[in-house]
Parts: sequence; C-alpha cells; structure tokens
Amino acid sequence: MRPARLLPPLLGAAFVIALWWGAVTLLHLPDYLLPTPMAVAEALAIGFGDGSLWPHIWATVEASLLGLAIGGGLAFLLGVLLAEQKLFERVLYPLVSALQAVPKVALAPLIMVWCGFGLESRVVLVMLICFFPLFVSTVAGIRGADPDLVDLCRVSCASRWFVFWHVKLPGAANGIFVGLQVATSLALIGAVVGEFVASQRGLGYLIASSGANMSIATMFGGVTLLALLGIGGTEAVRWVHRRVVFWG
Amino acid sequence: MDNLTAEHVGLTYTTLRGHTEALRDLTLSIAPGAFVSVLGPSGCGKSSLLRLFAGLTPPTTGHLRQGATQITGPRRQVGIAFQRPTLMPWKSVLDNTLVPALAQGTSRASAERRARTLLETVGLHGFLDAYPHELSGGMQQRVGLARMLVNDPAILLMDEPFSALDALTRETMMVELQRLWLADAKTALFVTHSIAEAAFLSDRVLVMSPRPGRITADIACTLPRPRTLDLLETPAFAALTGQLRRALDHSA
Repeated sequence: MRPARLLPPLLGAAFVIALWWGAVTLLHLPDYLLPTPMAVAEALAIGFGDGSLWPHIWATVEASLLGLAIGGGLAFLLGVLLAEQKLFERVLYPLVSALQAVPKVALAPLIMVWCGFGLESRVVLVMLICFFPLFVSTVAGIRGADPDLVDLCRVSCASRWFVFWHVKLPGAANGIFVGLQVATSLALIGAVVGEFVASQRGLGYLIASSGANMSIATMFGGVTLLALLGIGGTEAVRWVHRRVVFWG
Repeated sequence: MDNLTAEHVGLTYTTLRGHTEALRDLTLSIAPGAFVSVLGPSGCGKSSLLRLFAGLTPPTTGHLRQGATQITGPRRQVGIAFQRPTLMPWKSVLDNTLVPALAQGTSRASAERRARTLLETVGLHGFLDAYPHELSGGMQQRVGLARMLVNDPAILLMDEPFSALDALTRETMMVELQRLWLADAKTALFVTHSIAEAAFLSDRVLVMSPRPGRITADIACTLPRPRTLDLLETPAFAALTGQLRRALDHSA
C-alpha cells in the first residue's frame, strides 16, 4: 500500500485515540475503569520488553491459523463435493445446517471435555467457527458458475474436471476469498473464546487473567493486540485476494 | 460432409410452474456448407433449437441427426458462439481462444498455432496476452469467433452473437463472419432476431414463430457473394428484407 493510501486510516485511528485520551482526562475517569492510551502503551512496552507477551501472541496466532487452515480446507472440500454431487447435498446439507444452528461458543466447554486443555481444543473450536462462511461461499461460488461458459466447455466434450478447474473454480474464487476474509476474523474469536474457557496462554487468557487482577491497562493491551492481529489477518487475505483474483 | 436434420422434433420444458412447449413438430434439413439463419422474435425457441443441435439438450420427441448418426450429446465437430462474448476473465485472449481445443484434449502446442492464426485473421494480433476486460465489446466478440473456429469444426452454431454490439460494430462483424465462413466450407446455423443480419449472411432463412416454436417460412437468399455493406443499400436487399419482414409479421 502506498503511504498516501495509508494516511486516512491512520488519521482515523489517531482521532479515536485522541477522543479516548480526551475523555479520560476531561471526565477524570479512574484508571481501573479506563486507562489512558499512554498507560496501555506502557503496559504493552513492558510486556514486549520482558518478552512475556510473545508466548500469548503466538498461542493465539497458532490456534487461529491451524484452525483456519484445517477448518477452511475441510469447508472448501466439502463445499466442492456438495456443489458437484447431488447425493452429498442430501447427506451433508442437513448436518451442516444443524451445526450452523448451534452457537459454537456454547460447545466450548464440551470440546474441552473431549479434547483436553491443550492446543487441540482451541484448534477444534476455531475450525467449527471458521467452517460455515467458507463452506457457504464455496457452494455458492461453484453453483454460480456462468452457465454459458459451462456449455461452451461441454460442447467441446470437456471432462468434468476440466469444467471444474477452468470454469467453476476460478469463477468461485472471488466469493471464496470473501468467505476466507470473514473466516479469518472469526478464527480469532474462536481462539480467544477457547483461551477464556481453558488455557494458560494466549491473548484471551491474558485478557481474562488481567481482568481478574484488575490490571486494566494490560487488558486493554491484549484487546489492542487482538485488533491488530485481526487487521493484519484480514489485510493479508485481501492482499492475496487481489493478486489471485486479478480480474475481479 | 453430412446433412444436419431434425425430424418431428418437439421440446417441452418442465418447470415449477408446469410445462412449457418450446418447440413443436420441427422438421428441417441443412445441407453441408450452407449458411442457414433462424429468424424469430425473442422466446420463439430458436436458442433451444441451437442447443438441440449442439447436443446440450435432448429433444422431448423426435430425432436430430448429423448424417445418419443420431445426435445424443456433444460431439467434436461443433463450434459455438453465444450472445455475450462469454470469455473467461481469468484467461488471456490466446488462452480463451484455446479453451475448446484443450477441452477436447488437443495438445496446446498444436492448437496454439491455429489459435494465433485465427486471432490474426480477426484482427487481434498484438492482443494475444490481453485480458477480456481490456478489450472493447467488438474485440471480445471477435475472440468468441476465433474460439468457435479453433477446433476447425464442420458445424458452426451461433446464438445471436452480435446482439450485444452497437450497430456499426455489428455491420463490420457481419462482413467478418462471412469472410471466415467463405474461407472454409462449414455448415452454419445462425440464430438471430435481426432481419438485416439474416438477409446479409444467409443462403437460407428459416422464420420461426413463438409459443410453441415452429418454422413458418423457409426463404432462400440468392444474393451473390461475397456480399459487401454496399449491398445493404440495394433494391434487391430491400426486397429480401421486405419478404422476411412479411414472413415474420405473418407468423406472429
């Protein structure tokens, strides 16, 4: 991104921070309710200085990326099968709808019972949360293929694989990337919920434990890092999106 | 080369709202190498007829044949062009032209030579690596024509290929298509709702009427070839278009 394009969002962020700072100072809010941006920055600086933040950040990133990769990959594969095979649709669709109807966060304690208190539980939770947006966008994208392009290939005696690879998949790419972008921000939610419920590490754990200790500045620091991770993740997806779907 | 024939062909679509009879008792025969237009208003089933000959849709009743062989599905000798250019935005002009060749398993190396020649013929040399969104509508439709011809098909099926173009581009494309067709003896079935297009391009015009689609007139066009745009101004052309218009009005 060019510096000129970066300016407006930075200005926006600066405005919010100024508003925050002004509110704390002018309204004389006690720092156990709302710390100043300076105090949050200080807490972050200390955490980065003594290296205690890195394991938390890594734990959250690890669970999010693994869950996104496995859950997203599964969603893509099942989405393709469902879009291409009537039988799979009849078997899978009720199951997926039922899964989607359950708030995945409500399953967190159960997953902990099944998968223990390690990384596995958090990855499974992230998988479940990431699955649906990618699944739906894959099915819709594959189904939405231009019928004339499909006919063009059929007239030329194309194989099913040819139609999928040359027409359906590229046609679906745009929607799939939009789904991936949604799934990326959901992945962080899944990881953080998992850390709330049961973990000794991760930004979710950091936020929960510093809340319990009333170290509100550290708590805000954790939230800030999560926001940055979220922005970084979606921006990375958008960057890849623009390069892969160059015609969009 | 073989005749294309339809014998008592009927086509009924079943939708959620019931049955729609798209074609009724259609019988026709197209001589090899002839340029035949199917002229009719929107919704008269002329695109359905094209899909039947392409082997994309099976008829509800009757038979379609190429020579003695019944048409049961897509087959190799057919090239097709649609109303819209229908290009893949993710492929370059050259790669788009190659699609029918690669689809039927021709090696890229051998198909590429023909694709390059064809693209040159339709005036697109220098645009081989361009992407569809970088081209004008007329240029995109030229890619569509080159793509239709890339397998050197014996039969050309065209579904209003110029309907999305502006009037001037349309006239240039008519001349272009005639040139490509004259260069190589191919059977052409050209679906259109433009009287001028049908009169300019065809050896024979089949007039169709809607609901259900059936052929109501079969008019020969004997104007000498190659036809040029000057022909559009001549009394002979006016007489032919007049005849076609009356046939259309009569059928409606």
